Amino acid sequence: MDILVVLEDNNGKIHRMGLESIAAAQAMASGLNLTMGAVVMGANADALANEASAYNIGEIIQVDNGLLASYSSDGYAEAVKQIIEQENPTYVLFGHTYQVRDFAPKISAKLMKPFLVDNVAVSTDGGKAVFTKQMFNAKLFSDITINGEGPYLVSFQSAAFSSEKAEAGSATVRKGSIDLDASMIKTESEAPFQEEAGGIDLSSAELIVSVGRGIGKKENIPLVKELVAALGAELASSRPVVDAGWLSSAHQVGSSGQSVSPKMYLALGISGAIQHVVGMKGSKNIVAINKDPEAPIFEIADYGVVGDVLEIVPKLTEALES
Amino acid sequence: MKIAVLVKQVPGSESPLSVKPSQEWVDESSIAYIMNESDNYALEEALQIKEANGEGEIVVVSLGPVRIQKVIREALAKGADRAIHIQMETEGAIDPLVTASHFAEALKEENFDLIFTGLQSDDVGMGQTGVILGEMMGMATASLAMATEVGDGKIKVKRELEAGWFQWVSLSLPACLTIQSGLNIPRYPSLKGIMGAKRKEIKVVEPSFSEPKQSLEKLYVPQSDKKTVMIEGTVDQMVEKLIDTFRNDIKVL
Repeated sequence: MDILVVLEDNNGKIHRMGLESIAAAQAMASGLNLTMGAVVMGANADALANEASAYNIGEIIQVDNGLLASYSSDGYAEAVKQIIEQENPTYVLFGHTYQVRDFAPKISAKLMKPFLVDNVAVSTDGGKAVFTKQMFNAKLFSDITINGEGPYLVSFQSAAFSSEKAEAGSATVRKGSIDLDASMIKTESEAPFQEEAGGIDLSSAELIVSVGRGIGKKENIPLVKELVAALGAELASSRPVVDAGWLSSAHQVGSSGQSVSPKMYLALGISGAIQHVVGMKGSKNIVAINKDPEAPIFEIADYGVVGDVLEIVPKLTEALES
Repeated sequence: MKIAVLVKQVPGSESPLSVKPSQEWVDESSIAYIMNESDNYALEEALQIKEANGEGEIVVVSLGPVRIQKVIREALAKGADRAIHIQMETEGAIDPLVTASHFAEALKEENFDLIFTGLQSDDVGMGQTGVILGEMMGMATASLAMATEVGDGKIKVKRELEAGWFQWVSLSLPACLTIQSGLNIPRYPSLKGIMGAKRKEIKVVEPSFSEPKQSLEKLYVPQSDKKTVMIEGTVDQMVEKLIDTFRNDIKVL
């Protein structure tokens, strides 16, 4: 096969971004006239193989191995590397998940083949793949080309392709075999756990006021809380505000926090880094106030105000209260 | 405990940023540079491990042209003991395999117990140099570190997973970690530290050439396909228009 999609297990189902990678593979296969396949892994990957077989993805390689029962970067990297060596694909596609960021660079190092990460698009014009990636905190886009022989490892950003666009079909399943040894796994993992969420569920909020680094300092947070009260909204934040200790992580929206889709998302002093945007771009209306007219948040905002949040927010609160 | 910390000099989040007419890179002459954010946390974590142990050596390692000695000095002022500067031009350089190879070459004789890097750079944002380097050095690796505990020839790492989940992972030393922002409170350099940094060693090395396997074709300002309604005027006018938008367009009032 020319394109191999690596599907991630998310509690017994294919990770949503795995389905997005199937859609990406289908787009590349039709643009470049290539064949497709996918790999699923685990102690017993029957359920994943079965789910994957309902898509138009050529064939599924099912790798069952006791050492893949739980995730380890060494085990997963070695397993995928061996499948790549057996199948010799030109492109190996991943969703740009936290797990992929952890183990896929190891495959790149083992094979000395490039890993093109976090792409938002791929163009296949003229029979050549050109990948588009955000750079400089999403302020600029870059077009990236590959040199030398494949395989090329490629990951796509969340929602670069829609999982709903993944074409149904019927793929055959065959068992793959790899040679793993416990001594290859240099880490010991404990069970995953969730920190106490602090009782704030932003996922069902209709109105969210979210605050970013642009608020300047912790002492300015009360100004935002007054606006939150006046609007009857929920308070959210971007990661830098949590990192600085201005608000607890229970308020954080983004890839490492909550995902929200309110009727209105009012972003105050939020630049719009992709880690934040993935958690809020499903909002029905995005209103952004930021003093930097170049801030990437304006790329996705429905309404934009270029101005100082510290000046605007108190007046907005006052006007709402009167 | 001997710890290497990789730091990168990147444009500050508020720095002017413009693409060169050739579209090959940004115009570096107008950029205000700072230490990459997650690298700053990585440095702080290393300093705290050394302080808790009461002994050890921290070597800051950076790759780039002469200008990056500013962040190297900053790291030395915060408490790193010495530095290695891999000196090379980096305009348009994006391939992490090349970058990691240069670091591996510069670090191979040093026998570090730990290598720390930031999770990803705030310029090209490839987010893989640390993991590749660890693999090249034959070390155990873990990314997205949110806490560390060192003891018994091991490092225990609290890794961030998706959607608010975490996991503790133990790694035998030597190990290479990529550090997530927010796991500590980075210090500012003291006046004494700044003075002392001037006497600390910066070893300059020149890397051998390595052919990149991915290349930047062009850089550009993204075209938004979304129509953003810009609300303009004086502060009072903007507030009035915002309320009108909330009430009549979004209908949340």
